[in-house]
Amino acid sequence: MSLRTTPFHPRTGPLSEGQAWRRWAGYVVASSYELSHDREYHAIRNSAALFDVSPLYKYLVTGRDAARLLDHVVTRNIGKAKVGQVLYTPWCDNDGKQIDDGTISVLGDQTFRMTSADPTLRWLHLNASGLNVSMEDVSERTAALSLQGPSSRAILQIAAERDLSALKYFRLTSARIRDIPVTISRTGYTGDLGYEVWVDAAQAVPLWDALMEAGTPFGITPAGMLALDVARIEAGLLLIEVDYFSSRHAWIESQKSSPLELGLGWTVATEKERYNGQAALAAERQRGPAWQFTGLTVDWDSLEQLYADVGLPPRLPGQAWRTSVPVYDRGGHKQLGYATSGGWSPLLKRYMALAHLGSEHAPGTEVRMEVTVEHRRKQAKAHVTPLPFFNPERKRA
Amino acid sequence: MKQYDAIVIGGGHNGLVTAAYLARAKKSVVVLERRPRVGGAAVTEEIFPGFKFTMFSYVVSLLRPEIIRDLDLPRHGLHILPLESTVTPMENGDYLAAWGDHDETRRELYRHSPRDAEAYDEYGRLMHFMAQAVKPILGMVPPDPTSFAPGDLAGLLKLGKHFRSLGGERLHALVKLMTMSSADFLDEWFETDVLKATKSASGIIGTFLGPRSPGTAYVLLHHYMGELDGVFRAWGFAKGGTGAVSDSIAAAARSFGAEIRCNAGVSKVLVRNGHATGVALENGDEITARTVVSSLDPRRTFLQLLESDQLPPEFVQDIKRFKFRGSSGKVNLALDALPSFTCMPGIGRQHRGAFSISPSVDYVERAYDDAKYGEFSRRPYMDIVFPSMIDPGMAPPGKHVMSIFVQYAPYNLNGGWTDAKREAFGDAVVNTVESFAPGFKSLIRHRQVITPLDIERITGLSEGNIFAGELALHQLFFLRPAPGWAKFATPVRGFYQCGSGTHPGGGIMGASGRLAAMRILKDGT
Repeated sequence: MSLRTTPFHPRTGPLSEGQAWRRWAGYVVASSYELSHDREYHAIRNSAALFDVSPLYKYLVTGRDAARLLDHVVTRNIGKAKVGQVLYTPWCDNDGKQIDDGTISVLGDQTFRMTSADPTLRWLHLNASGLNVSMEDVSERTAALSLQGPSSRAILQIAAERDLSALKYFRLTSARIRDIPVTISRTGYTGDLGYEVWVDAAQAVPLWDALMEAGTPFGITPAGMLALDVARIEAGLLLIEVDYFSSRHAWIESQKSSPLELGLGWTVATEKERYNGQAALAAERQRGPAWQFTGLTVDWDSLEQLYADVGLPPRLPGQAWRTSVPVYDRGGHKQLGYATSGGWSPLLKRYMALAHLGSEHAPGTEVRMEVTVEHRRKQAKAHVTPLPFFNPERKRA
Repeated sequence: MKQYDAIVIGGGHNGLVTAAYLARAKKSVVVLERRPRVGGAAVTEEIFPGFKFTMFSYVVSLLRPEIIRDLDLPRHGLHILPLESTVTPMENGDYLAAWGDHDETRRELYRHSPRDAEAYDEYGRLMHFMAQAVKPILGMVPPDPTSFAPGDLAGLLKLGKHFRSLGGERLHALVKLMTMSSADFLDEWFETDVLKATKSASGIIGTFLGPRSPGTAYVLLHHYMGELDGVFRAWGFAKGGTGAVSDSIAAAARSFGAEIRCNAGVSKVLVRNGHATGVALENGDEITARTVVSSLDPRRTFLQLLESDQLPPEFVQDIKRFKFRGSSGKVNLALDALPSFTCMPGIGRQHRGAFSISPSVDYVERAYDDAKYGEFSRRPYMDIVFPSMIDPGMAPPGKHVMSIFVQYAPYNLNGGWTDAKREAFGDAVVNTVESFAPGFKSLIRHRQVITPLDIERITGLSEGNIFAGELALHQLFFLRPAPGWAKFATPVRGFYQCGSGTHPGGGIMGASGRLAAMRILKDGT
C-alpha cells in the first residue's frame, strides 16, 4: 500500500470485511468494517463506537511563549484557558477567513497539543517569529482512538480502573490503561458522550486490545468514517473541504468563509489582544455576517410525493452525501444558498442537510432543496432547522 | 371539577399516541391507565434484578414514521436498532440463514436450492409491489363500501383507482395473497421446505391459524411493508425494549401538556342522552370530558365499559362475534451466557438477529394441530431474540436476556391454564430450544413464562390476543371491529375507539391511535 496505515492497522486491517478504506491525510482508515455501516452508526448512539483517528495532524507547542503564539493564531482565548482544558477553535487569515479548525489541549502551563485537519506546522512557524516557542510535529508518533457513545464512560472507567465522572466536557486527564500512559480527553466528533485517547504509537495495539476487552460486555463496536459522517451531521459539526474551504485552498474569494458565517461566532474572542483576522472579524460582527451555516430538514411528505409522481417509494442515499446542492426560496426560483452535506438520520428518522444560506433566513423558514428523482431535477420542501439536529443531555452530563 | 377535552382510557401505545396528538392540537387530555406503568403490552420490566424483560411484545414492527417525526420521539428517547438476520436451525443439524446483505443471503439460499435463490429475487419484487399496493391503506380511514356518504364514496373511489392502477397481473397476485394459505402461496415459488416454513411462520403470528390455513398469506406482506419504509428502518428492536417506545410516546404526550395517571382503572363510561360525558374510575371517582376515547380491545370497550342497552343490539352481536382466540405465549429468560446452537456453533453475529424455530412446514403445522385440539404445542414455533445483544443495557455487563415468542398456546386450553400447566408449557419451550442448542438449559438463571391467560390478566387484552383481536381477513379494514363502525367513532356520540382492535390494528404501529386522533379532531371535541 503506497499510503500509510495507522498504528492500529494490525487490528483494524483484519476486521475489514469488505476492504473498504478511505484516504485521510495520507493514511488509509476504514470506511466501514462491516459491509454496511449501519450497525457501526447505531453503536455511536446505542452503546459505544471505537474510531481510529490517528491521521489527525498533531503538534506539540511548548515554551515560554507557547500560549502567546497560539493566541495569535487561533480565534479563541488560549491565555484564559486552564491546564486540563481542551478548546475547539478555528483559525483565520488576516481577512478573517477560516483556514482550518481543530482542538488545542492545554497539557501544561507551557505545553499544548494542537490538532488540525490540514498540515499547520509552517503556519505556526510563520507566526512565531521572535517568540520563545518550539513546535514539533508529533502526528506520526501519537496515535489516537475515539470512543463515542453512551457506554463510553463505563468502558473507559473499567479500562483505566478509575472514576471518570469528574472529567467534564472538553477537559482532559492523564491516565494509565494496562500500564500504558495515555491522555484521555472528553472530546469527539459525534455530539455524544465520548472520549479520545491519545497514546504513543508504539503502544497503540495493546491499547486497542485493552479497550476492546473492556468494551465487549458493553457492545463496543469498531466503526469507520461512514458511520462517523452521519453522526457528525446530526451533531451539526462541519467538515473542512466539504462544508467549507480553507482560505488557503480557495481559488476565488467567494469560496472563503469566516467563522461567523460558519456558525462559529462563539469561538471568536472579543476581548483578547491582536490575533489573525481580529480586525476583519470585529468589523464583520459589527455589520452582521452575510451568510449563516444552518440545518435543513427535508419535508418527508414532499419527498415521498416526488417519488410517488414517478411511481416509486421514496429513496434516500444509504450514506451521507458530500456534494453541493442548490437551495431555493419557497417559490422555487430564487437561489438562497446551497447545502454541502446531508443524509438520512436513522435515529431521528429525518432527512437532514447542512447548508449555507443568507443570514436573513430564520429557523422555520420554508425553502426548497434540489433532489434528483429518476434522473430529473426536482425540488423538495425543506425547513431551516437550528443546529445541532441531535444534542443529548449525556454529551455534557 | 376539571372538565377535560378528552379522556383516553388505557395507556398502551395507541392510547398514548392518541393522547399525544390530541394534546399537540392544544386539547386538554388525561390518560387513565389501570396498571402502575404505561405501555400496555409494550412494557419493559426488570423481573429479575439487573435483567430487563420485554415482557410481551419484543420488536417494533411498523411504527409509523410520521408518528416518530410528528411527536419527535427520538428526542424523548426512542431509538430503533436494526435486527438484521434470521437463522433457522434445522433438525438435521443444518440451518437456513437470511443476513442483512442481499448477496450473502442469496448465496446461502443457493446452498439449499439454486432455483430458489433466483426465485427469491423475483418473489421479493412481487411482494414489494404488493406491499406498495396495500400500504396506503394503513394510513387511511377505511371507507365503508355499503355507504353512499360523500366521504366514503371519495375514499372508495380513491381505493378503486389505486387498485386499478396496479394492473391485472399484480391485482391477481393480490387476490391470491388475500385468499390463499401462506404454505400454498409459497409453494408456487419455492421448493426449499425450511425456507417456506420460516416465511410462512410470519403469517401465523397472533392468529389461531396454521401455515396451511387459508388467509395466512396476507400477513406475509407485512414484512415487505417494513422494507418499503427502507431507510426508515421502522422494523427493529427499540433500545430499552418496547417499554421504551411507550415511555417515549408518554414523554412526548406530557411535553404537549397531556396528563397521564397510572393506577387509575376505569370501570364505566358515563353516558347521558346517548352522549359520553366522562368516566367512572374503579375507586368510584368520576372524571368528566367532552370526548372519551377507549384504547382497550373491542370486547372491553363495548361490553365492559358500556351497558348493552346503550348500544344497538346488532352492533353488540357483532362485537360479541369478534374473535380473539389468543394463541401465543412468551418465555423470557435471564441467562448467564449466550447459548451455542448446534447448527452454527459458537457465539457470533447470529445472536444479534432472530432465531426462528420453524425447521419445516410440517413442524409448524403440527404445532398448530396441538392447539387446534386444545393443547399447547409440544414442539412449538418460536421466534427468539437476545435483546441484550442489541442493546447491552438490557442485562448486566456480560449477561444476557432471551426473549422467546411462542406459538401455539391456546387461551382455551383443555382443562384450563393452571400454574402446573404454565410450567409444563415453559418446559416444552425450554426443552425444544435445548434440542437445537444442547447445554442451553444450564445457562438459565431465571425464567418467566407467560400464557395467554397471563397476558389477559396483566394487560387486559381479551383472551390474551396480542393484536387486541385476531388479525384475520374477516376482521380487517372496514370490518374492524364491526361493519359500519371502523372509523373510530362508536354508536355513542363523543365516545371513540383508538386501539389495535380498530383499523389497521396489530403490532406496535400506532396507526390506529393516530387515525383516531385525526378523526376526533376533525369531528371537533
